[in-house]
Amino acid sequence: MSAHAKEAAAAAAGTDEGAGAPERATRFSTVSDMEIQALYAEDDLRGRSAATDIGRPGEFPYTRGVYPTMYRGRLWTMRQFAGFGSARDTNQRFRFLLAQGQTGLSTAFDMPTLMGYDADHPRALGEVGREGTAVSTIEDVAELFDGIDLGAVTTSMTVNCSASVILAMYFAVAERQGLPLTAIGGTIQNDMLKEFIAQKEWICPPDPSVRIVVDMIEFCAREAPRFHPVSISGYHIREAGSTAVQELAFTLADGIAYVEAARARGLAVDDFAPRLSFFFNVHNDFLEEVAKLRAARRLWARIMRERFGAQHPRSLMLRTHAQTAGYSLTAQQPLNNVVRVTVQALAAVLGGVQSLHTNSMDETLALPSEPAVLVALRTQQIIAEESGVTNTVDPLGGSFAVEALTNRIEAEAEDYIRRIDAMGGMVRAIGLGFPQKEIAEAAYHFQQQLDRAEKVMVGVNKYQLDSESPLEILRIDASVEERQAARVRAFKEGRSQARVRERLTAVRGACRDGENLMPVLIAAVKDGVTLGEVCDVYREQFGVYRDPAWL
Amino acid sequence: MQRKLRILVAKPGLDGHDRGAKIIARALRDAGVEVIYTGLHQTPEMIAEAAIQEDVDAIGLSILSGAHNTLLPAVTRLLHERGGGDIAVFGGGIIPAEDVAYLKTQGVREIFTPGVSVDDIVAWVRDNIQPRRD
Repeated sequence: MSAHAKEAAAAAAGTDEGAGAPERATRFSTVSDMEIQALYAEDDLRGRSAATDIGRPGEFPYTRGVYPTMYRGRLWTMRQFAGFGSARDTNQRFRFLLAQGQTGLSTAFDMPTLMGYDADHPRALGEVGREGTAVSTIEDVAELFDGIDLGAVTTSMTVNCSASVILAMYFAVAERQGLPLTAIGGTIQNDMLKEFIAQKEWICPPDPSVRIVVDMIEFCAREAPRFHPVSISGYHIREAGSTAVQELAFTLADGIAYVEAARARGLAVDDFAPRLSFFFNVHNDFLEEVAKLRAARRLWARIMRERFGAQHPRSLMLRTHAQTAGYSLTAQQPLNNVVRVTVQALAAVLGGVQSLHTNSMDETLALPSEPAVLVALRTQQIIAEESGVTNTVDPLGGSFAVEALTNRIEAEAEDYIRRIDAMGGMVRAIGLGFPQKEIAEAAYHFQQQLDRAEKVMVGVNKYQLDSESPLEILRIDASVEERQAARVRAFKEGRSQARVRERLTAVRGACRDGENLMPVLIAAVKDGVTLGEVCDVYREQFGVYRDPAWL
Repeated sequence: MQRKLRILVAKPGLDGHDRGAKIIARALRDAGVEVIYTGLHQTPEMIAEAAIQEDVDAIGLSILSGAHNTLLPAVTRLLHERGGGDIAVFGGGIIPAEDVAYLKTQGVREIFTPGVSVDDIVAWVRDNIQPRRD
């Protein structure tokens, strides 16, 4: 610290004679429990260069943003995650959101769909349409996007172990609309590694799971060049309880694993890397989140250039979606969640994201109601069009605190990545339970801090109310499950069973001989093969992954 | 001397949100309870079977998939059918108030919803769960 900074810090700390109040605590730290100094100054940036570490927006290493004009050129895509009940229910919510000025779609599927079971499967009992929309067949996908021009909107689909089947159905439906695959833009989450680390929706073990991901990367690079075949996701890692540094490190380590797997397939890095996209969480701790997003861009750009020799600028750019932190919301005094979401969304915007979902105030209670979703969307519109923060690019760039935190988060994430490399990469690290245990440890630590009131959740462990009036929440009609199961059974009866058997034999063959699954799946779903049937073949051919159940 | 409490912590249904289950399992263990964790994606049959085989005193069920009204009563029913009717069942997750009331009529002893402190859950277990036999 420079003499000047020391003086200022001492003054801020109240140790200088005649200075202000003594500090309120002996230690100040972020929500991730990263210690924060009283003051940051020039000396905290020693050894770093403004030209090569911070640079200019739109230029390597993209610390200040991936585009030169950022939101002066184009605002981020406002993309509210939606899905509940039947495909028809969700189609109506989509149309409502588009009518309210939303600029992209984002689909939430129910648990049976996400785990690869049809709505009429015994394991689907009680779960159909509850946590998202139910999709078992190509007709469900057709209904989901009924009346929506898939050439005019980009669609994000949050699905992972069964993503290959959903993408096949989506492409088949786009073809029905008369659109070539080259015209289809969108994103499918399809990040299996973070499933094993955090979200825990899986069918088969990591190796075959990554093989299917690479099939999709390869197919999209060749046939659907506007589509993002994987969204490398830190969101769920953070929700499972990681720190900001762990979120960043594990996400980039997952990205490294996909790049390595695709290169092992024989793909050239610049042929697929421009379509890799990311998805981060934005939590309450404003400066930590801004710094994390800036560090993410710089670190990824360097990894891609130095480790993988990528040349194409788009291969180096970390373009990301972000979502406000579900975990930070409270069931108590739920209107306060609007304020939390505003702070988080502002951090995402000042962190330079390309797309954003803002959570609704009622999401600790149920899937969001329409009025709650509207406030969440309006929050983004107010930031975009009233707050003025979009008028200049990276307004926080050059702040001593923000740059120092960016450097520190980057360095700590690099350290984790080195440890994962030493284990033999992320797939091996997952086998050892390394990221899982690190996250569980951080989650437990945070819970203890909450229980000791060292960290505050307003309305939960401080400023509680004795009585509260409940919000009106969305209820899922229980008859959805019965109707959806009946619809799937009727669909199955109406198909050519011989064609279905033939197509499933082809899927089985592709699983075994390593042929790219995507063309086979597209043909299969067109002939009426269901999501559950394909996933049954995966279970049979690749085996079922079991949770190691570490504590 | 009373033997240690034995509690099965289980995740019924298809959702993978195990942050809460793992925190509770660990807090109970730190409080001196013998904890068995089933891992994810368990059916009610698997949970009832594990509880009886492991001879536990109680089952803590964590569920965030919205399927609680189907899966939790299935666990209590199966316990009754298989001779484990005296195993106490409690749960936690994103569960609306009216569903909490319904689940209590189905033999679920207590439901903890978001924002409850871990200490309160551990205290509830200490006050309400006794070893089924010495």
